Amino acid sequence: MELCGVIGIGQTKHDTARTDVSIAGLVREAALRALEDAGLTWSDIEAVVLGKAPDMFEGMMMPELYLADALGAVGKPLLRVHTAGSVGGSTAVVAAHHVQSGRFKRVLTVAYEKQSESNAMWALAPKIPFQQPIVAGAGGYFAPHIREYIRRSGAPSDIGIKVALKDRLNALKNPFAHLRMEGITLEQVAASPVLWDPIRFLECCPSSDGACAMVLASEDVATRNEPAWVLGTAVRSEPLGMAGRDEINPRAGRDCAEAVYAQAGIKDPRNDIDCVEMYVPFSWYEPMWLENLGFTEIGTGWRLTEDGVTALDGDLPVNMSGGVLSSNPIGASGMLRFAEAALQVRGRAGEHQVDGARIGLGHAYGGGSQFFAMWVVSGEKP
Amino acid sequence: MSDPVTGIITPVRLEYTYTPGVAASRFLKRIASKEIVGQKCPRCAKVYVPPRGSCPKCGVPTEEEVTVADSGTVTTFCIVNIPFAGSVPVPYVSAHILLDGSDIPLVGLLQEVAAEDVRMGMRVKAVWVPDEELAPTLLSIKYFTPTGEPDVPIEKIMEYRDA
Repeated sequence: MELCGVIGIGQTKHDTARTDVSIAGLVREAALRALEDAGLTWSDIEAVVLGKAPDMFEGMMMPELYLADALGAVGKPLLRVHTAGSVGGSTAVVAAHHVQSGRFKRVLTVAYEKQSESNAMWALAPKIPFQQPIVAGAGGYFAPHIREYIRRSGAPSDIGIKVALKDRLNALKNPFAHLRMEGITLEQVAASPVLWDPIRFLECCPSSDGACAMVLASEDVATRNEPAWVLGTAVRSEPLGMAGRDEINPRAGRDCAEAVYAQAGIKDPRNDIDCVEMYVPFSWYEPMWLENLGFTEIGTGWRLTEDGVTALDGDLPVNMSGGVLSSNPIGASGMLRFAEAALQVRGRAGEHQVDGARIGLGHAYGGGSQFFAMWVVSGEKP
Repeated sequence: MSDPVTGIITPVRLEYTYTPGVAASRFLKRIASKEIVGQKCPRCAKVYVPPRGSCPKCGVPTEEEVTVADSGTVTTFCIVNIPFAGSVPVPYVSAHILLDGSDIPLVGLLQEVAAEDVRMGMRVKAVWVPDEELAPTLLSIKYFTPTGEPDVPIEKIMEYRDA
């Protein structure tokens, strides 16, 4: 397998409604920044891999066709990936495989969502012909599982509040973040309305417009650009409705982590990984995924949050960028996680840089905790 | 120069014909006579309600039909305080209900109980629509309501237990 390095990273300013740009303008904004970072132009790119969440989120069918020229893909291979919320991650994985296979030397990968153009909650709550319409969007879907995590782990009820505060404070150091809540306090999060008990308003991700792009390159090209080297990639899935499926600690997530660690030579994730950017759309998913990813024993993820281990200056910083809780252009959210891990190990994360970050994990999940995508990147050539 | 056009509204409407397939079709027919049927996997013996016609774990067809109770246990739940288009009035409780005899919970509406009194392990039963309104749809179950039986100890609840 060929080596693959991330040599260009770009993202848009994420916001509630980017009415200043069309979808094409939005993806170009991210793509041009990634190309500039890589020191390349459109004509250098050999293939484009695009990802976004369900078409219903903007009401535009097969947007990859419309976006082919905006992404400089005319006359080149263009592939669209779709794995629900994890799509930004699995899109980056597909792009990495384009390079690792030896088939392409320079691949542009882009992911986006322009949530303001439709209504994701509506798109996620269709009238299923023989069921009552009672699962209220993603929050309504995940809240019962969070309740079970709290019961099972015996976590104090304020852990979700602490994660929400930490990520919003991190976002203040990220100029691209959507939510910038100066002066936010624990009390403010705790007092925010409970939308889907046990989930409070300020424990939820926002609805964002935004895009993320990366240029991935083969060893000979990448070596000149201080890349983030891709040490491992993995994608796993499992059925939504399977009797006995543990949706608190899904097997697909455990298997995906195991696979990506094995490729990257990671034996002890807690010590070997310097920072983690994971998909946390509702704050309680930080402790849940810490356990699923093997950073701590089952039932103890919340202790890492409580002890400040996951803070920006902690021993295992989590969601340095402010995470999904601060910016959620759904289709791009997974790629933003992967890109942040790469930024960190390249030492280019600016104010939210973790000192001496060498190895980073990017993580995304989607559907009913049934699709997972991960990569491990390093600043040092393997 | 006039102001730029930053957006236009183009409503989207979607109508589709749902083909339930053999297994779900039987389920829907029977529910019109207040009977809830599932299918048992010949390999792992798990009972799926509604039936899917195959077992997602074993990957084998399921044919044996099993009638399950219209009572069950709340495994977990969510109190919805935010309305959405077409939702029932808030606050309402959306519960995972493991019907007696089934191995996978349904999501059901819980009524005739204050949201703050709902518990994991609570016993509930279906309240059906009047006979003349019965139809091949899960909407024939108006909602679920507590039976008043003692709660089921949490460790006896099967959801999440067996992956």
